[in-house]
Amino acid sequence: MPTTFTLNGSPITVDAPPEMPLLWVLRDMLDLKGTKFGCGISQCGACTVHVNGQAARSCRVRLETVEGDDVRTIEGLSPDGQHPLQVAWREVDVPQCGYCQAGQLMAAAALLERNPNPSDDDIDAAMERNLCRCGTYIRIREGIHRAARQLADTAGNESGSQEAK
Amino acid sequence: MSGAAMERRQFLKVTALAGGGLLLSSYSELVAADVAATSAIGGGAAPVALTGHVRIDPDGTITIMAQNPEIGQGVKTMLPMLIAEELDVAWESVRVEQADLDTDLYSGQFAGGSLATPMHWYPMRRAGAAARQMLLAAAAQEWGVSRDSLETEEGVVHHRASGRSAPYGAFVTAAAGLAVPDPETVPLKDPSEFTIIGTPRGNVDIDPIVTGQPLFGIDVVQPGMVYAVFEKCPVFGGKVRSANLDAVRAAPGVQDAFVVEGGSDLSGLLSGVAIVGDNWWQLNQARRTVLEVEWDEGDTAAESSEGYRAQADALFQQPPQRSLREDGEFEAAFQAAAHTVEAEYHYPFLSHTPLEPQNCTALFQNGHLELWAPTQTPERGRSMAADLLGISQQDITLHLTRMGGGFGRRLSNDYLVETAWIARQLEGTPVKLQWTREDDMRHDFYRPAGYHRLEGGVDDSGRLVAWRNHFVSFGRGDGFAPSASVRDSEFPAGAVPNMSMGVSLIPTGVPTGALRAPGSNALAFVYQSFLDELAHAAGADPLQFRLDLLAGAGPETALDAPRMIRVLERVRDVSGWGATNLPEGTGMGVAFHFSHRGYVAEVVQATVSPDGALTVDKVWAAVDIGRHIINPLNAENNAQGSVIEGISHALGQEITIADGRVSQSNFNNYPLLRMSQTPEVEVHWVESDNDPTGLGEPPLPPAIPALCSAIFAVTGKRIRELPIWKHNLSWG
Repeated sequence: MPTTFTLNGSPITVDAPPEMPLLWVLRDMLDLKGTKFGCGISQCGACTVHVNGQAARSCRVRLETVEGDDVRTIEGLSPDGQHPLQVAWREVDVPQCGYCQAGQLMAAAALLERNPNPSDDDIDAAMERNLCRCGTYIRIREGIHRAARQLADTAGNESGSQEAK
Repeated sequence: MSGAAMERRQFLKVTALAGGGLLLSSYSELVAADVAATSAIGGGAAPVALTGHVRIDPDGTITIMAQNPEIGQGVKTMLPMLIAEELDVAWESVRVEQADLDTDLYSGQFAGGSLATPMHWYPMRRAGAAARQMLLAAAAQEWGVSRDSLETEEGVVHHRASGRSAPYGAFVTAAAGLAVPDPETVPLKDPSEFTIIGTPRGNVDIDPIVTGQPLFGIDVVQPGMVYAVFEKCPVFGGKVRSANLDAVRAAPGVQDAFVVEGGSDLSGLLSGVAIVGDNWWQLNQARRTVLEVEWDEGDTAAESSEGYRAQADALFQQPPQRSLREDGEFEAAFQAAAHTVEAEYHYPFLSHTPLEPQNCTALFQNGHLELWAPTQTPERGRSMAADLLGISQQDITLHLTRMGGGFGRRLSNDYLVETAWIARQLEGTPVKLQWTREDDMRHDFYRPAGYHRLEGGVDDSGRLVAWRNHFVSFGRGDGFAPSASVRDSEFPAGAVPNMSMGVSLIPTGVPTGALRAPGSNALAFVYQSFLDELAHAAGADPLQFRLDLLAGAGPETALDAPRMIRVLERVRDVSGWGATNLPEGTGMGVAFHFSHRGYVAEVVQATVSPDGALTVDKVWAAVDIGRHIINPLNAENNAQGSVIEGISHALGQEITIADGRVSQSNFNNYPLLRMSQTPEVEVHWVESDNDPTGLGEPPLPPAIPALCSAIFAVTGKRIRELPIWKHNLSWG
């Protein structure tokens, strides 16, 4: 029962059980190890990916439900590892163990897509479903603010070409 | 299979080959000389790890091996910083690689006890300094000049008199033939010359982390690898009587299923059912929906948290089974005291819950075992696997992977020996054992629960004169269960003239073990909270009461009182302690604790609404771990994480036992702190003239009692039992 969807910008067809969670399809069949397993019940957010631009917990997304969808993983967040969030994560030195960070980055990227200038409360709300066992929350918040500022600067420099996101 | 996936496979393979090639062949330059020199020094020499840490390729590439397991504490960055400093190279030019377990080349390859800094502060610097001296000697020979006339700077040798300069790579081949200087006498930099130590340096794994490249144990892939799940008895130590293996074998994706007999050591291989196949998710489905096991649950099935509570209550009616300490005359002093307090405290079992569930990958072939293991104690893991499989340790190769947290959980190697055993059954096929979160939470080595009865007295001058503690803990006979002990020197011992400490033990079949700041993460809550009670009973300011207590501490006190006084004074000053302008419903609490050689005092500011909603607003931490903060960028992060973990323990975490098994299963019933609950955490370093010590653990313990005392300051309600969520905090 093959399922076809777009993965990080390219079409892909996967022959796997339709009820298999996207997380395990990504990790064990497509060998994309960036998306992490933490709880399996949509509580920790380590497995966060984008499905049609929305943050989704891939441990609870059945493969069959992404037929025709646009799926993006941490490996596809940017072509060169230079998404403003990835840059900010380096500058702030966010991670401790690093295990949750792919999920944090994907949740944060979805937030900035819909809200380029989030407040602390906006960030708390958007990141509420992403656990960091090491407790890097303070730096995650700082990293999101920094990326938002960079996005604003970039948008400001591109005079006349600003589009509402 | 997509193109991207093929590339990734290839990448992994290349990485593996590069790693193997490195160890087998490329280790020819300085390492070869190091090994020869170490052999010459002989077994009687101090275990200075002057081996295998530095590689300089003739093309100038400088590689530093990170020898210790990385669990998020930052040693993969920090230990190489020490080497690079004395090697005198630009940090940006250094490549860091994770070393395999190699007890010939390295010593102290483990992660625990906040020990990496105190153990390796000198050896790692000496390893770098020795390599630099060899390069200087080679350059002196090559140029026909004296070694003293040479200088180094960022990986370049300079001879100022002649204007000659050349990078280290030019001298590597010659240096490899020279004797290694005596590590005990090799000159080290004066701290004023440091350019790396004490400067902020980013995590060396930041790129793979933020781009999602394979890095952790769970990411390991080997050619032809299969997966395994392992079902153990929910009751600790229970054994398989029978299982419907044929039905499991017929389930989709299952290649085989078999019973593992296992032993009785709770930290080793236990009885269970292994299911093997090429799709882990399908294996886990088979386990959840098909597997039926009849267990012999054993004696532990009769145990429960309620039962422990009843035993503790009964034990409190009797004198302690064993006395740990008797100073002065407690009874007389207590009777004569102007202010007295009696209280009982309790804290629950806790689970470690590193975010990466336990896993390990192994290949057993031709009598040789190869392991890819996320473990904090690889040496012990290798030894356990050797014993279990009846092979020699020389026949085991152990590759260390980065770990998605440790916190003490991966001091135990149960998942490693399970993997080794399954790999032997699958001889020739690599296998990855992957636990679920539920496996992890239900088969942990838990922070032991504990029960304390305390009595204390303060005289009319405000001096703490009497202290008695009956600690009901876990263990058998005279032996405490792992991490269930208390030292007879635990503060305030030595600072109270009339002290009585006694212990009674409850036997348990629940495995216990070290959780970050073991012992301290529980005892600080009890002792610092009770000190707070005594301060309030005496009408004293809780912070000043502690300063006075420390000022009167005798010489046999286990901590260095002046160091603790300094951090307490610092946290008082930076927090604005004593401010009278806090809004109604907001209060502060203070606590200090000495653990793992670190001195930490913290103030927590919390707000409690009249209907009892708690917000942790801010934490100030003053920390003395010696003369240098080696990597301040990571140190702040680590200290903040410790504080946040302490608050996480205190607010919501509790493991309960019923019918010999753990009631909790996942983060929905064992909550970790989330971002919206996270306070601002301000870390202040208090430097002291001591060699630097570790940071992974000391900032955790004070956070819990400081928070509880802040709650008391607002509500008048004393938290004597964790977690806090169980208490109604409404007031007014």
